[in-house]
Amino acid sequence: MTAADQKPSVPLSDSPACIPPVGGTTTPVSSPDELRADAPRLPEGELVVEMRHVSRSFGNVPALSNLNLFVPRGRITVLLGPNGAGKTTAIRVVTGALNAYRGQVHTFGLDPERDGESVRMRCGVVSAKPALYDRLSGWDNLAYAAELYGLGRNATAQIREAAGRFGILEALDQQVGGYSTGMKTRLALARSVLHNPALLLFDEPTSGLDPESSHAVLDLIREMTGEGRTVVMCTHLLIEAEGLADQIVVLESGTDLLSGSQEQLIRRYWPHDLVRLSAEDPSMLDQVREWEGVIEVQPAAGNGKGALADVHLDSLARVPDIVEKLTGNGVRLTRVEPHHPSLEELYFAVRKERRASGIESPL
Amino acid sequence: MWTIARTDLKQLFESKDFWVPMALLGLIFFLVVPAIILAIIVSVGNQAAVQQVSQALDLLPGSAKSAVPSITPDGMAVPPEAKVAYTIAVYLLSPVAVVVPLTVSSAVGASTIVGERERGTGEFLAHSPADTREIYLGKLIASLVPGYLTVLVGFGAYSILVNLLVGPKIGRWFFPTSSWWLLILIVIPPFIALALSLVLRLSARVRSTAAAQQATGLITLPLILIAYGQSTGGLIGANAIVFTLGLGAVVWVVALLSLVLGLRSIKRQQLLGVADNT
Repeated sequence: MTAADQKPSVPLSDSPACIPPVGGTTTPVSSPDELRADAPRLPEGELVVEMRHVSRSFGNVPALSNLNLFVPRGRITVLLGPNGAGKTTAIRVVTGALNAYRGQVHTFGLDPERDGESVRMRCGVVSAKPALYDRLSGWDNLAYAAELYGLGRNATAQIREAAGRFGILEALDQQVGGYSTGMKTRLALARSVLHNPALLLFDEPTSGLDPESSHAVLDLIREMTGEGRTVVMCTHLLIEAEGLADQIVVLESGTDLLSGSQEQLIRRYWPHDLVRLSAEDPSMLDQVREWEGVIEVQPAAGNGKGALADVHLDSLARVPDIVEKLTGNGVRLTRVEPHHPSLEELYFAVRKERRASGIESPL
Repeated sequence: MWTIARTDLKQLFESKDFWVPMALLGLIFFLVVPAIILAIIVSVGNQAAVQQVSQALDLLPGSAKSAVPSITPDGMAVPPEAKVAYTIAVYLLSPVAVVVPLTVSSAVGASTIVGERERGTGEFLAHSPADTREIYLGKLIASLVPGYLTVLVGFGAYSILVNLLVGPKIGRWFFPTSSWWLLILIVIPPFIALALSLVLRLSARVRSTAAAQQATGLITLPLILIAYGQSTGGLIGANAIVFTLGLGAVVWVVALLSLVLGLRSIKRQQLLGVADNT
């Protein structure tokens, strides 16, 4: 049995109780307690993509293994996972470029395998490699896409608008082979929105870009959801998902480990408020364990400037009292900082849990 | 379908590294080699060697022998070197040129699907609304057009060349002959289509353009030999026109059958280059 075949110990979104009906509108079905336990919170509103128990393999290698993915309309869903997690395969299955061997897939309520043309007509895709025709000019690349997506041979206005939006208009006459990586990405993005699709699927769109260009691309993606489009973006970069995603789906070995908004996911692992304390004598911090409102005290990862303790509280309102009491007890505090765990911390917490349960797969 | 074909042809036109060698190949087969051989034969005159070759014409079947003109339109006897030049131009050199369009089309077709995969553009096509049939037919047309264009341009140039070199000795322009018109219009196109139907299937299955090119050689070589043999048979056989028409019909049927099978075998995922166990 491979790691992908086993059920991970962290919450999965494949519980029948929390999977909405096909093609339907969902309402939250999970209580806060369920969120903490084994049932993930489903996205609210109309679903653009619904994948249930989807499996796909290449030869003997599983690429998707019982994957459940629900993408709400008008939001940014980020598929997060290491290389080989199944992100690209998931996108290919969403458009019907690849068929699923098992499970159900509905995009816009349609079966992409059967109604592929209708589905793909409403999707705009940017692949990990920009997938552009190097021997053609930027204009010809866009004109080709315009024709394939049914805009006809006179899509000049749409081409100019899309290219202008991504700042590539001036370079359209040049052969794409001479473009920089950033220009290629911009052209690929322009091509993806040319036909005004409702669903945008971006597979690591910032791959190979410098930080400034990456930032610009992410801004453009954010801007597009402001127009009511639905975005699914794959990345293995936690920093990209942070702050961008309305919904994060963590994938590993073709399986969804957990899904929800960043806040929801963090609350699953850190359900209480956190304050990070440091003192000249860290051992004196132990006394807070017994105090009212303190749920737990854990050692935190230090930054080389002395030991830290993460104090889990029922409310951050208790911090002033704790500080006063510690100071009164002679503790010389060097740091008091309310702490909001990052996505990176969450990711590693999930992986740590998987390692502990023996379901770790190599990165 | 036409969009895909047109875009592929545009890319091909932009790829000088592809069409320049192919143009050179055509130049050699259609112009350079015939020009040298025919010019030598025509200019050496009634030498012993030419007379020997002229006597060898007696070995040709009756229908082919009777097609070689012996009297010019103004009643003059056609010299032996002109008869030799005529025979070589019609029966020897031109069938060799059948090789060129087949080679050109196969070379284009071999890289068409695997090339999309290698460049990563297959991902774009796979996610596009284009139907796999449209993609297949678009690629087929884009591979067929360069080959057939080679036939038209190549034989056009060849016709002018042989008519200019040998025509004055015979007293008229003679090429293409009626059999050759049939070969160009009816027999060569299905041979190209048949080769392409096999080559495209191959291109969808192999992992690299290099592998596709190599395997294409194995597929097209027998076809080229058949095309050459049948073309020659069509030219010198007893009922040349009937034979050529029949041959054309048979090859068209086989080619269409092969194209339909090819159309059914192409899968969208082949554009992505992913392995499969189905």
